[in-house]
Amino acid sequence: MKKTPVNEVKLKFPSRSSNEGFARGTVACFAAQMDPTLSELEDIKTAVSEAVTNAILHAYPDTIGTVSLKIRILQENLLEITVRDRGRGIADVEQARQPMFTTGGEGRSGMGFTIMESFMDSVSVRSTPERGTTVVMKKRLSEKSRKRA
Amino acid sequence: MEIQERAGERTLSLVFSGEMDHHGIRDALRRVELAVDAALPRTLTLDFGGVTFMDSSGIALILRAQQRMQSLEGGMILCNVPQQAKRVLEAAGINRLVTIKS
Repeated sequence: MKKTPVNEVKLKFPSRSSNEGFARGTVACFAAQMDPTLSELEDIKTAVSEAVTNAILHAYPDTIGTVSLKIRILQENLLEITVRDRGRGIADVEQARQPMFTTGGEGRSGMGFTIMESFMDSVSVRSTPERGTTVVMKKRLSEKSRKRA
Repeated sequence: MEIQERAGERTLSLVFSGEMDHHGIRDALRRVELAVDAALPRTLTLDFGGVTFMDSSGIALILRAQQRMQSLEGGMILCNVPQQAKRVLEAAGINRLVTIKS
C-alpha cells in the first residue's frame, strides 16, 4: 500500500560541491517540523551529505549535471529522502557499498555508503550504467511523546 | 574550512574549523601535507574543536594524515572531536585506528 506523504518537497540543483552544504541544510530545515532530536538531525544531515557528495563526485566526474532531492514525511514520523542523478551510474552496486571501496582517489575514504547505512534505518540503491543512480534512505524518528517522557 | 598551524619543538598542531565535507577539504588535504613536510613533527595533533560538521571526507583527511605520520615514524593524535564527528568515526570504525583524546 502506498502511503500518502504528510508533507514533501522536491528540488533540483547543479552538481557543484558548494551545494553539499545547501542540500543537507535544506533537509535539516524541512525535517525540523518532525521535532527531531539533535542527534537524529545530525544523522540525517550526515547521510544526505554522503549521498549528495556521491552524486556530485561520482555521477558527474567531468561535467556539471543535475541532482534531484526529494524529501517526504510519511505517516508515523517516517522520513524518506531520495537523491537521484542522471549521471554515469554504478556498474556494481554491491561492490560500491563495501566499506573502503572507492573510485574517488585520495580525497575519498570509501565509507559513504557505510555511514548512510549506519545513520539511516534503510538505504536502497538503484543504478543503471550511463543512466544514473537513485538512492532512497528512510529513517523513523522517535515520537514526540516518548521524547518528552 | 580554516586550518591554523601551531608548530612546537618537533610537534605540530593543526586546528580545524568549519564544515569538513568534500567541498571543505579540497584544499585541506594538500595544506596538511605541506604543513607536515615543513615541520617534520614527531607528533601531529589534529584539533577538531572548531569542526561544525564532518562526513566521510574527514575520514579521508585523517587517514591521509596518519599515513604521512607513519611514513615519518611519528604519531598522530586527534583531539576536541565534536559529538557529530565522533559518531561518524565510530560508524566507520576509524576510532579503532586512530588515537582520540577527549
